[in-house]
Amino acid sequence: MEQAETLIEIKNLTFSRGERKIFDDITLSIPKGKVTAIMGPSGSGKTTLLKLIAGQLKPDSGDVFIEGLHVHGLSRKKIYQLRRKMGMLFQSGALLTDLNVFDNVAFPLREHTKLPEEIIYALVLMKLQAVGLRGAKTLMPSELSGGMSRRVALARGIALDPEMIFYDEPFVGQDPITKGVLVKLIQTLNDSLGLTSVLVSHDVDEVLEIADYICVISEGKLIAEGSKEVLLQESTGYVHQFLNGLPDGPVPFHFSKAPYSEDLKYG
Amino acid sequence: MKKQTKIEIWVGLFVLMSLMALASIAFQVSNFSEWKERPTYRVSALFDNIGGLKVRAPLKLSGVVIGRVTGIEIDPVSFKARVNMAIDQSFNQLPVDSSLSILTSGLLGDQYVGLEPGGDEEVLKPGDEIEMTQSAIVLEDLIGQFLVKLSDSE
Amino acid sequence: MSRPLSGAQTLLQGLGATLLDKLAAFGRGFLLMLSLVVAMPAAVLRVDLLFKQVYVTGVLSLPIILTAGLFVGMVLSLQGYNILVDFNAEEAVGSMTALSLLRELGPVVGALLFAGRAGSAMTAEIGLMRSTEQISALEMMAIDPIKFVYAPRFLAAIITLPLLIIMFNALGVFGGYLVSVSWLGVDAGAFWSQMTSQVDWNEDVVNGMIKSVVFAVLVAIIALFQGVNAIPTSEGVSSATTRTVVHSSLGILGFDFILTSIMFN
Ligand SMILES: Nc1ncnc2c1ncn2[C@@H]1O[C@H](COP(=O)(O)OP(=O)(O)OP(=O)(O)O)[C@@H](O)[C@H]1O
Ligand SMILES: [Mg+2]
Repeated sequence: MEQAETLIEIKNLTFSRGERKIFDDITLSIPKGKVTAIMGPSGSGKTTLLKLIAGQLKPDSGDVFIEGLHVHGLSRKKIYQLRRKMGMLFQSGALLTDLNVFDNVAFPLREHTKLPEEIIYALVLMKLQAVGLRGAKTLMPSELSGGMSRRVALARGIALDPEMIFYDEPFVGQDPITKGVLVKLIQTLNDSLGLTSVLVSHDVDEVLEIADYICVISEGKLIAEGSKEVLLQESTGYVHQFLNGLPDGPVPFHFSKAPYSEDLKYG
Repeated sequence: MKKQTKIEIWVGLFVLMSLMALASIAFQVSNFSEWKERPTYRVSALFDNIGGLKVRAPLKLSGVVIGRVTGIEIDPVSFKARVNMAIDQSFNQLPVDSSLSILTSGLLGDQYVGLEPGGDEEVLKPGDEIEMTQSAIVLEDLIGQFLVKLSDSE
Repeated sequence: MSRPLSGAQTLLQGLGATLLDKLAAFGRGFLLMLSLVVAMPAAVLRVDLLFKQVYVTGVLSLPIILTAGLFVGMVLSLQGYNILVDFNAEEAVGSMTALSLLRELGPVVGALLFAGRAGSAMTAEIGLMRSTEQISALEMMAIDPIKFVYAPRFLAAIITLPLLIIMFNALGVFGGYLVSVSWLGVDAGAFWSQMTSQVDWNEDVVNGMIKSVVFAVLVAIIALFQGVNAIPTSEGVSSATTRTVVHSSLGILGFDFILTSIMFN
């Protein structure tokens, strides 16, 4: 591990949904001021991990520390204070459907600052420009495509210039050009503002381009973590399979654990 | 912000309409206007039986409401019903020997106290007790008496 | 593996489980109500949010409430007239209509309509906000959904339902006037004077208003609770909406009986 300061520390985290263990004793740390990518098969719990970090879900056991604060032991008020330093891009966008694009991006500014409307206007246009949607500012969320909503959500997530930002699959549904723009945007935000980014994504190329640090989770375990140089050197095993997109290997592609032949038996 | 203005206008209208409705219920429908405390004085009377008389029942003189029943209790000495009444101060010239009876308004109406003025020079004063009272007519008693008479005459 | 259970055992077990579920739901509903009460000062301060909700729950319910009030009043006095005229007491039709409206029908019918019109909408909206992760997003933006979403709706319902019921009653009395005085020829003076002598401000009007506030709290809590606990799917939201209407209606009728027996026994 590099000598970077740790911002988020996850210790022995265990979490289950009903009977199913999503995380089994995961320990990992996310360095400050870097882009950390979390990768793993679909359904492996990446979104769940972000929600655990942000304190929206409570772990069965284990702890999450952000800047030394024990997230799940904080009072409601403290946790809301902490969240002011976070930005989150939801996988679904999660725009407020009764506000138009402009008001959605302006929303955190209006709620958390007392800035005059002119300044809010300028800030919002700046953020919308950054995601290439300045022209869409009067549209309602229902009039946006999936990729557009997610970009608006990204603009909203960065509206308050947070200290740490979580991107849940920012590249899904974006065309190659937009993808390139977003990669640049994430990189610029990280470098110029010095914020800490946690990036959940399946797009290996993009991740390799911007991530300083990569964690791979599968089946409730952290199976690899390290700088991308280190991970790329692996030529066998899970990580090799995952980063190269090989269909067969140690990471099971299928959700179910029962052998296929068993499941095929009708009834 | 135009939407917000529209909302504000409508909410204003909404509140205005409900205030108007409230005012009409208060002054047109209910007795709210007579509710503002007018000066009264209190008298009481003992009844053998008050029937279905209730607190707040009117006290009427020649059909005009001049007061209300304020309380009903049992007199601990005589075991009769003591009815306390508040009479409007403007009716302060009632003779002291007036009599009270419990009556029913119409066939199905509520019971009220009727006041029959006497002839004395002296007038009722606050805290006085009206001596002459006639109890409510209880239908069961009437029927009972009627049945007794029937069986007697047989 | 557990041993196969006998029928009676399964039945008993099912019954116990359901009972525990219901108890837990009551507990959670109570906690929700507590947190809403705690959030009331914040809701009062956010006038913009409150106005929006007063508009949505109150102004948009006006058409149905006013129409229903007028017709209920008209029907009441028509029925009342037909009964009272046999006793030569048709002048009491005004007081009868007003008393039935103020004491029972205004609060109960008003609240039932409100549950169907505003309560169900509240549940559906919150259920959908949850299923589209909008509530989650608010939490992540450090905005407490209790203060921002639930409390303004709760407060708005408590403000608007009593006001709606007052308007319902006023229009009902007007409907009664139309039918009995303008149509059936009851003397207008007798209509109003009988009414004012029979309808007591404290006993009838204020008690009716207390009922409507209780019903407002009830409908708002049920609607919010069902929205918050809706399974975030289209099916889940739709059945939560149905539950809001059913539970509110039963709750209104039950509480009405309890309140009536306390107030008018
Ligand atoms: N609300 C829920 N109730 C029950 N199980 C859930 C719920 N949300 C997620 N899960 C389960 O938790 C697991 C992890 O879900 P999560 O959304 O974190 O996956 P993910 O890694 O983000 O997948 P993807 O890459 O497809 O977004 C999934 O297998 C899912 O079945
Ligand atoms: Mg996900």
